[in-house]
Amino acid sequence: MKKNNLKAWLYLLPAMLFLGVFMVYPLVDVCIYSLEENFHFVSQKYTGVGLGNFRHVLTDPFFVMALKNTLILVAITVPVSTGLSLLIALGLSSVKKVKKLFQTVYFLPYVTNTLAVGLVFWLLFKNTEHTNGLISSLLSMFGMEPINFIEGQYWQKMMVTCLYTVWIVMPFKILILTSALASVNPEYYKAARVDGASSGRIFRKITLPMISPTVFYLIITGFIGAFKAYSDEVALFGTNLNAAEMNTIVGYVYDMLYSDSGGYPGYAAAAALLLFGIVFTITFVNLKFSRNKVQYM
Amino acid sequence: MKVVLENLTKQFPARSKKDRDVIAVNHFNFEIPDGQLIGLLGPSGCGKSTTLNLISGLETPTSGKIYFGDEDVTALPPEARGVGLVFQNYALYPHLTVEENIIFPLQNLKGAKKMTKEEMHRKAVETAKLVQIDALMERKPKELSGGQQQRVAIARALVKIPRVLLLDEPLSNLDARLRLQTREELRRIQRDTGVTTIFVTHDQEEAMSISDLIIVMKDGVVHQIGKPQDVYDEPANLFVAQFLGTPQINVFEGEIRNGRVRIGDEDVLDAPGKADRSVWVGIRPEGFIPDPDGPFTCRMDRVEVMGRDVSVVSTHVKMTGKCVRSIVSAENRFEPGQELVRFRLKPYKVFLFDRESEERV
Repeated sequence: MKKNNLKAWLYLLPAMLFLGVFMVYPLVDVCIYSLEENFHFVSQKYTGVGLGNFRHVLTDPFFVMALKNTLILVAITVPVSTGLSLLIALGLSSVKKVKKLFQTVYFLPYVTNTLAVGLVFWLLFKNTEHTNGLISSLLSMFGMEPINFIEGQYWQKMMVTCLYTVWIVMPFKILILTSALASVNPEYYKAARVDGASSGRIFRKITLPMISPTVFYLIITGFIGAFKAYSDEVALFGTNLNAAEMNTIVGYVYDMLYSDSGGYPGYAAAAALLLFGIVFTITFVNLKFSRNKVQYM
Repeated sequence: MKVVLENLTKQFPARSKKDRDVIAVNHFNFEIPDGQLIGLLGPSGCGKSTTLNLISGLETPTSGKIYFGDEDVTALPPEARGVGLVFQNYALYPHLTVEENIIFPLQNLKGAKKMTKEEMHRKAVETAKLVQIDALMERKPKELSGGQQQRVAIARALVKIPRVLLLDEPLSNLDARLRLQTREELRRIQRDTGVTTIFVTHDQEEAMSISDLIIVMKDGVVHQIGKPQDVYDEPANLFVAQFLGTPQINVFEGEIRNGRVRIGDEDVLDAPGKADRSVWVGIRPEGFIPDPDGPFTCRMDRVEVMGRDVSVVSTHVKMTGKCVRSIVSAENRFEPGQELVRFRLKPYKVFLFDRESEERV
């Protein structure tokens, strides 16, 4: 028995080494960093241990802005993208003739590079010397002043960001939901129709419960993904997100580490742990809340 | 509720350009009397289920009409027809309890028929009692046995008192014992409720044993309609004769000559008033009487003892199957090593079919 155990540990060793070096050690290190006050990178010295980093981060107006941006993004994009994806998936599963074409079209954003999508959004929304952006041009046809969304007011930038995020996360959700819808036995629909259920009731009482595990999975991963937003903002507004007022928590962490204002691993670690705390809490609440709603067959 | 099908046809488009369109149901005409249990019988792929779907409204006919009573329901969607349908795999909603499953159709009622929660509950319990599952109301479908699931499916179909109850292969998912028991149950439930019931099956024994009326179909065409015994005793054509009865009817190449039926070189039976022609001679297994002086000679193969009866397996040069199977009383004795066996035939167990059209002569 003991010999066998030894063998098992031996087999696990490579994976454990790998995970230990690249997962466990950094995780522990982040926690340590977050508690070391006034850590200096070059001299590797710190002045004390405590919650100073957290205090600093929480009172830093840039972090507060990043937190606000992230929360707005999450609150808007997760429900909107999941709802829209469900609608499109429902539509896709009811069309017959050009289904393949539509599926391909809807999946294209998923295989497109974030920065390339950013470029497309610039063409749509940004004012340059040559053009006012497609959307502005369209608006001006109705007699409206051209709007520079990318460099405009806060809500305009936020709107474009939300649009961008929703657009880029939808393909995956549509794909997953389409397959979930396809896996529902059509006999249930037939039975429900014979039983006299309206299509709205069939959706609420049959379809939704049947695909609820998938919807739930998408909501949880959607929350987590949205909280980690960063690259989308860079694609739209460049790397100086603080100046654009569009920074996110992950962006703040990056800034604290590497950018011109960087070199503060303690602040970065504290901000990262705060993000972890938020994501953890929300996922926990999600799990609790959905226990009675999600039907695992 | 009387159900009338008038020239009902359902054509499915071909899958590819090379194939031809499939006519699943071909000019059906029949009338199902009120309050009876009807067996829709035929081999797989003969269009039974399509017929059922047409009656339920899940499929729309290519042409023809469907009437419930005097009302033309052809254009009505399934929810407006007031039918109850039991699927082959029951299609119980897996996330709902038994009670919620049974109540589901009641919750869909609108307008004047709308019920309060108490009424629905009372109705569900009442129906559950009818099919004897009232002790299982809180369970989920996966916690039930196949037989119990089926009762729930029947209860769900019955709870809103349908004008017509339709069952698609209701017994095929049950084991042999349960199948016998459930078919009696089905008969009882149908009698108790008096709902016109149509069930689809490929099992002729099942259909014959409980139906008031059977409809035999093949390749989308109705071959015969009648009381089970009548259809068995007077098959309209060779297909019906072969499809009904176990063991199967024995079929021989034969001919009618001068008012006599000939199989090979033996005159086996009188056929008065019938014109000379080539025929298929169908003889039911119970139509043979062993008789040393009988006119019909077969080559003995073996005797299978079944207690009350004896099954004599023999061969004949003009037979079409693998062997000739006759069921005779166990009082007949057969010598071991006996090479030939001679039979007399019961005239009412012998059917003649035209060689070309296979219709009854």
